[in-house]
Amino acid sequence: MNPELGNFALALACGIAAGQAILPLIGAQRRDPRLMALAPALAVGQMLCLITSFACLIHAAITNDFSVQNVAANSAVDKPLLYKITGVWGNHEGSVLLWAMILSICGGAVALFGRNLPSALQARVIAVLGGVAAGFELFCLLTSNPFARVWPAPMDGQGMNPLLQDPGLAFHPPILYTGYVGFAVPFAFAIAALMEGRVDAAWGRWVRPWAVAAWCFLTCGIALGSWWSYYVLGWGGYWFWDPVENASLIPWLTGTALVHSAIVVEKREGLKIWTVLLAIGTFSFSLSGTFLVRSGILNSVHAFANDPARGIFILGLLALVIGGSLLLFAMRAPQLTTGGLFAPVSREGLLVLNNILLCSICAVVLTGTMYPPFMSLLFGKTISVGKPFFDATTIPLAIPLMAFMGFGPMMPWKRAHMWPVLRRLWWAAALALVALVIAVVRMRDILPILATALAVWVIASSATDIVERLRLFRQPLSASLLRARSLPRAVFGAALAHAGVGVTVLGLAGMSQASHRIVEVHIGQTEMLAGDAWTLTDVRNAKGPNYDAMIATIEVRHNGRLVTTLHPAKRTFASQHQTTTEVAIHTNLISDTYGVLGDKHGTDANPTYVLRLHHNPLAPWMWLGGLVMAIGGALSLSDRRMRVGAPRRAHAANMVTPA
Amino acid sequence: MNNTTPPPSPTRRRLLMATPLVLAGATGVAFWRMLSGMSHGSFDPHDIHAPVLNKPVPDFALPDQPPSQGFGAADLRALRTPVLVNYFASWCIPCVAEMPTLNTLKAQVPIWGIAYKDKPEHALGFVERAGNPYARIAADRDGLAAIDWGVSGVPETFLIGPGGIIRWHSASPITEELIRTTILPLVNRLKQ
Repeated sequence: MNPELGNFALALACGIAAGQAILPLIGAQRRDPRLMALAPALAVGQMLCLITSFACLIHAAITNDFSVQNVAANSAVDKPLLYKITGVWGNHEGSVLLWAMILSICGGAVALFGRNLPSALQARVIAVLGGVAAGFELFCLLTSNPFARVWPAPMDGQGMNPLLQDPGLAFHPPILYTGYVGFAVPFAFAIAALMEGRVDAAWGRWVRPWAVAAWCFLTCGIALGSWWSYYVLGWGGYWFWDPVENASLIPWLTGTALVHSAIVVEKREGLKIWTVLLAIGTFSFSLSGTFLVRSGILNSVHAFANDPARGIFILGLLALVIGGSLLLFAMRAPQLTTGGLFAPVSREGLLVLNNILLCSICAVVLTGTMYPPFMSLLFGKTISVGKPFFDATTIPLAIPLMAFMGFGPMMPWKRAHMWPVLRRLWWAAALALVALVIAVVRMRDILPILATALAVWVIASSATDIVERLRLFRQPLSASLLRARSLPRAVFGAALAHAGVGVTVLGLAGMSQASHRIVEVHIGQTEMLAGDAWTLTDVRNAKGPNYDAMIATIEVRHNGRLVTTLHPAKRTFASQHQTTTEVAIHTNLISDTYGVLGDKHGTDANPTYVLRLHHNPLAPWMWLGGLVMAIGGALSLSDRRMRVGAPRRAHAANMVTPA
Repeated sequence: MNNTTPPPSPTRRRLLMATPLVLAGATGVAFWRMLSGMSHGSFDPHDIHAPVLNKPVPDFALPDQPPSQGFGAADLRALRTPVLVNYFASWCIPCVAEMPTLNTLKAQVPIWGIAYKDKPEHALGFVERAGNPYARIAADRDGLAAIDWGVSGVPETFLIGPGGIIRWHSASPITEELIRTTILPLVNRLKQ
């Protein structure tokens, strides 16, 4: 009964979304307040329907309803409850439903939090979101229905991929998807602005919080995914330049550019057309990334079961959404007014540079990702593009990006002089120089050394920005605290987010100095790595809820003192004939001690075990930095200026009437 | 964007604004052709190995990896007897497992190793611990030669026939069974 209810709710949501896409648009065109007022109501209705539908699927998974094909294929009676729930979005059909539900929640959020928007703009934004949602709900219903039944129902399900049975991955997709889908809101704002033929400071102010919120989620999602691959895949790596990873990095790069260029729209009414294009581009990349990965075009380890029929439907949908929006852009953008003059050396100038560099990195990553399938299509050559290409192309672009990042927040708008800014940043530069010297002594290779110095520079200059604004050390502390209270939170947020980048880069630089060994040892044997003595003391067998495990005990000693006892394990899942490695990680925040248990060799009387031992300096900082960036974004979202006191629209006199 | 330069003419502006659409359109058409190619079987992005089989070894010349001498395409093409080329790395667990099997095989057919993306000292330690099954070892430090070979991971093994033609290939570790059922019969046929 429940799966039918879920299916019905999904179909109803699709119908509501279609109405949501059409009626408010007509209302906004005719200035009919009743039709425009429908928009929030329909958006909330669609959201409630999809939440119901999703709840029905979760219910089916919890109650082991194996007559639902999706549950039968991905769940099993002996699966732990948490993974029965999270397994719902660990497969193609369920994740499309999750995607649609998050999109409808975005629509609901615009309906509920966007009440201070002009009603025509709000109606158009919600209509665009409705149109996108209708397309993907139709895709879900027609080609990937999670509620499809199987008869006769099997007694037990096939169980999920054991690699996905992990708490980190359980929450990775919802957060990542919220990031991807969240960029639908800036996209809808961009389309609405093109329809109205008007982009002004008020638009910039309205669109920015949505972009920042989506960016925070995407940042967390990427960091969580990278952390997952670090501790689950057991290769000691954290980023593999796999198409799926690149698919999340590309919208992150354009989204970061968008978050910055929207500031120029809001403060100086500049970069308007560019910002609209970034908003369209970011969501287009999110869409293409999430869905092309499923079509099987991109050769990825993460690929879902693919089906060309599904691919054609997705491609048609993408053509409609992306092609349609770019067509509208090509028609309307030339009529938008440009404004906001500024000198090259100014805050705007640096933000333009930020955008150019971020988009160049994005172009490079995009090229590297798309090159293999395109070479194969055009010239019949198979080629793989990997880490050497991406390292050689992205790092030279990231270095100037970080160097200029330190100046940006300190630069005055419109026209600036380098000298006063440089003078205020001297101690940040001095700190970076000290870091450079330490790095030269302690690290190898030029790029990590440079990255370390630049990361310290970014963190120190962000701190300088706050110190300068508070006049800390130059006046009594109480006066500084008073200033701190009146300083907008967005300033702290920006500084924190920039510092987070520095922290992440420090982690990356540290990881480039990682060392590891692969050894084959007897029980009791000791091996040395990075000054630590690793002793395998015991290996035993244990039984889990749906797997058998072989668990090792490794004692790690530094100068004779016990640092930690690691328990890496190997799990064998009988129902999927698959084994997973459970990495054991001990962290003291300065470095990770990372042990992996490999195969058992030799005879039962005299067994040897393959172990892989890693020493990963500063590894946790990579993800910690991501978290700091997201907290910075959230802090600036909590700024009052982002929510209330929205400015009036520009006067109608300087607006271009749409043709 | 930068307004210090005079704004471009209206036509140029329009053309500029249309470029994203054109680019996206071209990409879309390419994707469509890939998808239809996939359903007809003429396009397979997961197919990595077809190009190397029954073709001469790709052009490459790699430096020595201690304790042995390196080699290049010319050395393989000059051969009159079959040889096994084995890509390995000290950081690869299946490679550790494969070593005893390779040691039993080296009496029947010479094995030439290529250390893939490995530090020379790590590869040296690895080979010495494993009892060195290799007659010659080359170092492919940046993994560029591996791309031409179509290597998807380590260990990966190629059987090179006389004249440097790739006759057989395996992307999985060599097992006793593979030796018995496939490698030795092929080697014997190629020797004649």
